[in-house]
Amino acid sequence: MPVHALSIGNRLPYAYNLCGVNIMKRVSIKEEACIGCGLCQVYCTIEHSKSKDPIKAYLHESPKPVSRVRVETSKPNSISIRCQQCKDTPCVNACLTGAMTLDKETGLVTHNPEKCIGCWTCIMVCPYGAIKPDSAGKIIAKCDLCPDREVPACVANCPNEALVLEEVEE
Amino acid sequence: MMSKYVIIGGSVGGIGAVEAIRDVDPKGTLTVISEEKVPHYSRPMISEYVSREATLDTMKYRGDEFWKDNKVQTLTGRTATKIDFKKKQVLLDGGDKIDYEKLLIATGGKPFVPRMEGGDKEGVFTFTELSSAEQIESTLEQSKTAVVIGGGLIGVSASGALVKRGIKVTLVELKDSILNLILDKTASDMAEKVLTEAGVTVITGQTVQRILGKKDNEAAVGGVVMTDGTEIPCDLVIVAIGVIPRTDIVKETDLKLNRGIIVDRSMRTSIPDVYACGDVAEAHDFLIDGNRLLPLWPLAHLGGRVAGYNMAGKKAEYEGGTVMSSLKYFELPIIAVGNVNPEDTSDIEVLVELKPEKTVYKKILLKDNKIVGFIFLGEIDKAGILFRLLKNHVDVSTIKDSLLDEEFGILTLPEQLRKEMFVVN
Repeated sequence: MPVHALSIGNRLPYAYNLCGVNIMKRVSIKEEACIGCGLCQVYCTIEHSKSKDPIKAYLHESPKPVSRVRVETSKPNSISIRCQQCKDTPCVNACLTGAMTLDKETGLVTHNPEKCIGCWTCIMVCPYGAIKPDSAGKIIAKCDLCPDREVPACVANCPNEALVLEEVEE
Repeated sequence: MMSKYVIIGGSVGGIGAVEAIRDVDPKGTLTVISEEKVPHYSRPMISEYVSREATLDTMKYRGDEFWKDNKVQTLTGRTATKIDFKKKQVLLDGGDKIDYEKLLIATGGKPFVPRMEGGDKEGVFTFTELSSAEQIESTLEQSKTAVVIGGGLIGVSASGALVKRGIKVTLVELKDSILNLILDKTASDMAEKVLTEAGVTVITGQTVQRILGKKDNEAAVGGVVMTDGTEIPCDLVIVAIGVIPRTDIVKETDLKLNRGIIVDRSMRTSIPDVYACGDVAEAHDFLIDGNRLLPLWPLAHLGGRVAGYNMAGKKAEYEGGTVMSSLKYFELPIIAVGNVNPEDTSDIEVLVELKPEKTVYKKILLKDNKIVGFIFLGEIDKAGILFRLLKNHVDVSTIKDSLLDEEFGILTLPEQLRKEMFVVN
């Protein structure tokens, strides 16, 4: 399926219908371009903090904001992992409470913190290991593609363009 | 009355089927029969309800508008009493009949309650339905002590919930360790320690022989007598020995039945146009490559979805499940998948990491270089990656030494496998 580059500033809903074709968004990873700098984790943490201020986010907020991105390094390789919006949604099927849903409007696997009880069943079935407990250990945290931003913080701040916001035709 | 789709049971299997049917067929008439007035709640959250960490409102698995939004005719508080497979008709209490084109049996399981002297006294409860939880809740103000019979998932959850309400709880398990169907002895001991520290008294190797009445009220629970003759006074008894499939409605029919209803990978039963899913069904287990009872919430949802798609004419295959549990008791996270207590260990390779000071325990069991079971206790973040390797029977011989590394992750996987995972689909 063809992949379209995102035109920045042209905000589109996360899934939309173009001539009967569903377009889905997700962050794809160019493993060969990743230098393992970890900035994606830093910007993710800040974006998901209350203050959105680096100093406050890292030093003063409680509960501590957590990155929904994980950088793995095994020299010379590195990779930046987050939710891949699986089409077969194992986490949605496994969720005990209805907190994890596939949003029909946006096409995104969406987590409702109000309904989450932190049973970790989604963690058991996520093939990417992309879901983790938040810092307080009460509920889970996962990539939400930064709903307040045009482009997710990790993509916007990747210095080597290893992360790409894809629009995938279905 | 006629309905294109009829579903008996409105819990997670039925809900999964409704969602799948409506994905394919937005209009076909759809009827759900449920004995429970509010069927769309999360059963695993009963313990949260009893511990008052959840209310009836917050434990809803789907919103109250779910049935209406999906154009479902709900017959709640009603019992399906009989199915006439020849006439393709479901009979209801009160004599109503519904003709179906496609039928899903999602009647679930019922708690197994052994016959026991005193078992009919007030204060003896099970722990799998909202109505039991509400009854338990209403007695807690006057209760001080409880005995929970059965140290499995439900019994341990019940004990946790009651102790959080200030009840003095004794948990009784017949085998020599709690959670013995899903954990090995080491993990079980660690879980037991957490429970004990929270105030639960755990007694293993024994069970309750009979239930005693109160001195001033013989009809109400006053204590139990253990197999060794010891008496434990209590105000409440929770029976949590296990669940058995609710197959009453298909007994004495031609439907192929073992302990549960046998279904194929499409969730079809042996009778045309009749499907089953969830706790009532014996469906595919990807580890043993055969059918078995796996009364687990996530699998009921998945099975329901697959049934729903096939009922509505879209081909779908059930990928199956296996023994798979994620637990959190008093903040200790445990994920256990597959067979972690094999009887024959001659061809099993075991990888272990134990850090008791941090309450971390990891164990991976391999057979012919494939993962057949694992336990992650304390540190669970990457359990899902192992789950996928187990489910897909991936040969891990080249990465075996790295499976327990702190650095283990997607990058540890063979390049080919990694590439497949990130293909744009």
